[in-house]
Amino acid sequence: MKVSEIVEALKLETVCGLDNLEKEVTGGYTGDLLSDVMGNAREGYLWVTRQVHQNIVAVASLKELAGIILINSSRPARETIEKAEAEKIPILVSDLPAFELSGRVYNLLTAKNL
Amino acid sequence: MPVEEANSNLYSGSFHIEGGNFNTAGIVSTNIKSILKKLGIPGDLVRKAAIVSYEAEINVVSYAKKAVVNLMVKPGFVQIEVIDEGPGIPNIELAMQEGWSTADQKIREMGFGAGMGLCNIKNYSDNFHIETEVGKGTHLKMIIHTP
Repeated sequence: MKVSEIVEALKLETVCGLDNLEKEVTGGYTGDLLSDVMGNAREGYLWVTRQVHQNIVAVASLKELAGIILINSSRPARETIEKAEAEKIPILVSDLPAFELSGRVYNLLTAKNL
Repeated sequence: MPVEEANSNLYSGSFHIEGGNFNTAGIVSTNIKSILKKLGIPGDLVRKAAIVSYEAEINVVSYAKKAVVNLMVKPGFVQIEVIDEGPGIPNIELAMQEGWSTADQKIREMGFGAGMGLCNIKNYSDNFHIETEVGKGTHLKMIIHTP
């Protein structure tokens, strides 16, 4: 399933990376501790987090994640958007909290794989 | 450097990390990653090196004054050395325990300082060596084997 399909199904707002939504999503990881995500997320995962500062882009880029979804309508910092554009990392925003959003992403990914 | 040694180096270079500057945190790791990619190192090993160097970089930014990072790529392995000028680690055994951290509130609010950095470094490198002297600094050496 592509990032764009998840954006559409969950009505996510694409804050940046509109041209980079065609990457295949291989899974997801939810967390606000950067080392946790660094250690445990895998290539192609969508990352659900409430962190909005620019260091999330470095983590997503180094781990080659498919994108970052911010929860609770959180807004990314200006520097975060600039870095994400440069690194071609999509930043998406949902009005849902982490638990609900992760559940919906999980359902979409597993339904597609059945 | 002897000629033979120079020839067997696929890459050798150094980078600098500035302590305390979270705005530039990750730049050295990003550089290392792109160098390894260009050298044709397999993707999973490049990502391992990226994790290891990023965690070391964040430790320098969080705690040290500055550091030099030496990257050496030879046939069979990638070696990343991070030599910092900083407070050193009084108890390495404690510092290696997952969850143990001396990070302040500001660092923790950003999602760093979870006490996982050194564990990630150890887990994602094939050889890991740490030397530290309180009041002077810490020297990390990580090796990742390549085909």
